[in-house]
Amino acid sequence: MPRTKQPMTRVVLFILTLFVLLVIYLPIAWLVISSISTRAELLSTPPHWIPQAPTFENYTNIFFSGPGTPDAARVFKRSMVNSVVVATTVTVISLLLGVPAAYAFSRIRFRGRQAAKLTLLGTRMLPAISIIIPLYMIAARTGLTDTRSVLVVLYLTFTLPFVIWIMASFFETIPMELEDAARIDGASRLTTLWRVILPISGPGLASTIIFAFLLAWDEFFFALIFTSTEASKTVPVAIAEFTGRYAVDYGAMTTGGVLAAVPPVLLALLFQRYIVSGLTAGSVKG
Amino acid sequence: MQSSAHPQMKRKRSMSQQRRDTWVAWGLVLPSALVIGGVILYPIVRTLILSTYDYSLIRPGQEQFIGLGNYLEFLSDSMFWQTIKRTAYFTVISVGLELVLGIAVAMLIDAHPPGWRFLRFSLIIPWAVPTIVNGTMWRWIYNADYGALNGLLLQLGLIDSYIPWLIKPWRAMNLVIWADVWHTLPFAALIIQAALAGIPGEYHEAAAIDGANAWRRFWNITLPLLRPAILVVLVIRTVEAFRVFDIIFVITRGGPAFGTVTISYLTYLETFRNMSIGSGAALSFIVSAFILAIAIVYIRVLYTDDLAES
Repeated sequence: MPRTKQPMTRVVLFILTLFVLLVIYLPIAWLVISSISTRAELLSTPPHWIPQAPTFENYTNIFFSGPGTPDAARVFKRSMVNSVVVATTVTVISLLLGVPAAYAFSRIRFRGRQAAKLTLLGTRMLPAISIIIPLYMIAARTGLTDTRSVLVVLYLTFTLPFVIWIMASFFETIPMELEDAARIDGASRLTTLWRVILPISGPGLASTIIFAFLLAWDEFFFALIFTSTEASKTVPVAIAEFTGRYAVDYGAMTTGGVLAAVPPVLLALLFQRYIVSGLTAGSVKG
Repeated sequence: MQSSAHPQMKRKRSMSQQRRDTWVAWGLVLPSALVIGGVILYPIVRTLILSTYDYSLIRPGQEQFIGLGNYLEFLSDSMFWQTIKRTAYFTVISVGLELVLGIAVAMLIDAHPPGWRFLRFSLIIPWAVPTIVNGTMWRWIYNADYGALNGLLLQLGLIDSYIPWLIKPWRAMNLVIWADVWHTLPFAALIIQAALAGIPGEYHEAAAIDGANAWRRFWNITLPLLRPAILVVLVIRTVEAFRVFDIIFVITRGGPAFGTVTISYLTYLETFRNMSIGSGAALSFIVSAFILAIAIVYIRVLYTDDLAES
């Protein structure tokens, strides 16, 4: 688009920009403000937009739980640990399994490649609900419900196809010549992947890792069905419970929301470049 | 290039090389294939089988094969079709808004007004906020007694007293849609903005010299060049929107009066509330069938697009 030169147009565009920024930031600001407001101020009408007596009690309750801490805060702290453990483990396993597969898809013309690729694409479209019933029955029979391990396995159902897909489309952008040189020198496929391809795949790996982690961090449905106690409850489940069981504690609810949003928002802001390129690469090819 | 320098050598190796490559490739793919087979393909087949049974966890040991019975029951149930309509409404309105507003925001950024860098930077934030947090946030904003929406509208003098926003089905649905649009619009805007940035400025300059006004340039140059990006947004977002569950669970729990029950939510209720495994499985297959149909239509369009380009 050509830059607009007329001052009037620029003023209008600037006002529009401000408006969009307000739409983005106002809801978030209200979530943060609510989390540091006292109960009395939260329940006043109309609301105190700027809290007169800001408090970090909701946060200290979660991070420094003692005998007097409310149950919800204690459960929430555990759920943060569960979410970090599950999301990290899932990300590592999907990379270990998915990167070699992605390499094979992008570099080797082998029998069954098309069929395997279509299956992969199909699994990405599948709603979780169409696989959850048998998995739940198996987990119930083997006593695996309410464990973090079962969540890791379940989350592989969407992170693994995603990692393979996005890494394959990334590998395809690496010039074949680099690899041919190594192969002619007698290096095997695995050596080539390890020594030649991976060292220059930093940006692709970075965006894949971030996406896989965010997907796992965000997941709600499996966690809702498979977890029941603080042994495996993840952050989304803990927050959803604030809206049900602990319905009255708006302060704790919004604090949980802020804490759950901080890791992904920070990741996204820090690695913005990788995320935007990942969005376009992963999706355009998909 | 090395390969073109030794054509004969390449050809001699090719037969055994190809066979070896297939072995190596499957070796690399195997671990993933086993996992996907075990936790995705096997459960799908099991679900398909379960969907042909009258099977309730409330009456254990009384499973009975009924063929397509579960499917036929739903297909002749007006409640089911209302749910499909509701899901379609959610999908069309939220994806439509995302697309139109996404293009608008992308073009705003692309016009480089003061603050455009900050806007592009900020756009990623709603996208990164977890779905459940987004739902909780809007539920709190829409709150009937203490919500920010009521407070704001009252102070602006637009309402006389607080309104219980979520007690009317249609209004509740629209408010859920808005929460979803806030969360997913950045995805559309960022993808389309990246595509816009790739359009050479000369195209517009040439058209402007030929006397095309801004609207005609948008319609005849920008939009056709954005087609691949728009299709990507449409495919991904339609498939996601059609199976929406999380945000509805958090904001309305399907209420009021089933007013926000979508097809995924109905499946959840049937399976995990009514404990009807068989009919839940059938519903989940109906959801998948709809999504597959949508995906096939889109992929057709996308693939023909790719072919035309290459």
